[in-house]
Amino acid sequence: MDANQEKFPYIAVLEVPENKIEIVPGASSDLTSVTFSIKEEDHTLGNALRWCIMQNSQVDFCGYSIPHPSEAKTQVRIQTTDSTNAIDSMNKGLDDLKSACQLIQHKLHQRLAEGNFARTA
Amino acid sequence: MALEDRNRVVILEDRVENISGAEFPLSFDKHEVSYSLEELKNALDIKIVHLTPTEIEFDLIGVDASIANALRRILLAEIPTMAIETVYMINNTGIVQDEVLAHRLGLVPILANPEDFNWKRAEDPPTDQNTIVFKLFVECFKNQNAAADETDPNKKYIGSSVYSSQLVWDPKGDQATRFADAPVRPIHDDILITKLRPGQVINCEMHCQKGVGKDHAKFSPVATASYRLLPDIQILQDITGDDAELFRSCFPPGVVEIVNEGGVRKAKVVNARKDTVSREVLRHKEFEGKVRLTRVRDHFIFNVESTGAIRPEVLVSKALDVLIEKCDISKAALAKLIKDDMTDE
Repeated sequence: MDANQEKFPYIAVLEVPENKIEIVPGASSDLTSVTFSIKEEDHTLGNALRWCIMQNSQVDFCGYSIPHPSEAKTQVRIQTTDSTNAIDSMNKGLDDLKSACQLIQHKLHQRLAEGNFARTA
Repeated sequence: MALEDRNRVVILEDRVENISGAEFPLSFDKHEVSYSLEELKNALDIKIVHLTPTEIEFDLIGVDASIANALRRILLAEIPTMAIETVYMINNTGIVQDEVLAHRLGLVPILANPEDFNWKRAEDPPTDQNTIVFKLFVECFKNQNAAADETDPNKKYIGSSVYSSQLVWDPKGDQATRFADAPVRPIHDDILITKLRPGQVINCEMHCQKGVGKDHAKFSPVATASYRLLPDIQILQDITGDDAELFRSCFPPGVVEIVNEGGVRKAKVVNARKDTVSREVLRHKEFEGKVRLTRVRDHFIFNVESTGAIRPEVLVSKALDVLIEKCDISKAALAKLIKDDMTDE
């Protein structure tokens, strides 16, 4: 099995692009205002990530867009206060989204184990 | 905005109000907390309504639409399954052209666990680890025993309809032993692939590969995956007498019932879940100001119908795995970006 398949069994593309995340030119020098460009991602990650990043009170602004429908990339813009920076906020957003998913998954398995629902064979 | 209204989408006669949530830090007074897992943990709930081998209905409560929608999108397009990707036509004298027949074959859902197989790149050779082979050899004959004036093709001819059950799995390598417990086959036996007439033959070999729905819909593991918001019908003023009857008739059966309270017939919402939010009730003058149609913004009623290859509750769990994986991949890429940037300087 390929190393990538071992690591990420579900990914829709076999290979993770070389520069999956890039910083779009024009970021502020203190990195409080940064636009990230994420390859091979769409509204699925973009919108969920935007919501998670916006939950951070240190983030002044977060928005996402898909600049062109035939280019498989999503841009996420983050502007933060001086007490943090966009990269840390992005990292936190990804962590938060992941733990939210784990929480939902845990709840789902818990409910399935309880078996408190109508089941038809 | 009143606290209880914050998570309500309001349906008015000519528009829908309060659609997107504003549950962000500093949006409301005293709501200045950052995203905390604790908060989500308290709000989050899942209620499974029913489960069959191909369908699940569950309520996902307490999350934002962006997360529910990510889940739905992943279910439709990003969970891998096995499907026929290449068809080698050896002979096809049937009326359906090669490419159309190949397309129809591609759409036949295949019962195989995608986790047992590897991805196949374009340049990879087909192996028993990344490819399933099916063969189809069908021929149509005249039925010699049929009556001379028979008009029903099923009686007049033999093999005039080609069904998915006629696809024959050809195990390669150790596949026969690997999948001895669960042989690979089409999920449904009764899918009509094409029709033939006496003398026509189809002979082809099909290669199944792993893929995802965003590449081609044949790889989608679900027939449908959708959600709707829980309706909440608020009666602001008592609706009594004949009005109550009319009120009840504005909703699908079982949503509103009439109760007798001290000799007065009164309309009461008994099961808002069944409502389709048709807005019929808003057309009647007599209910003006007496009723408010809303939906609960963070209460998603999910309906997932599997094609049969993967059990529906497993699909939902896998969809979450995919989203977790997306986070992991992006996190690793972000770490690499920072590292590369540091070495540049």
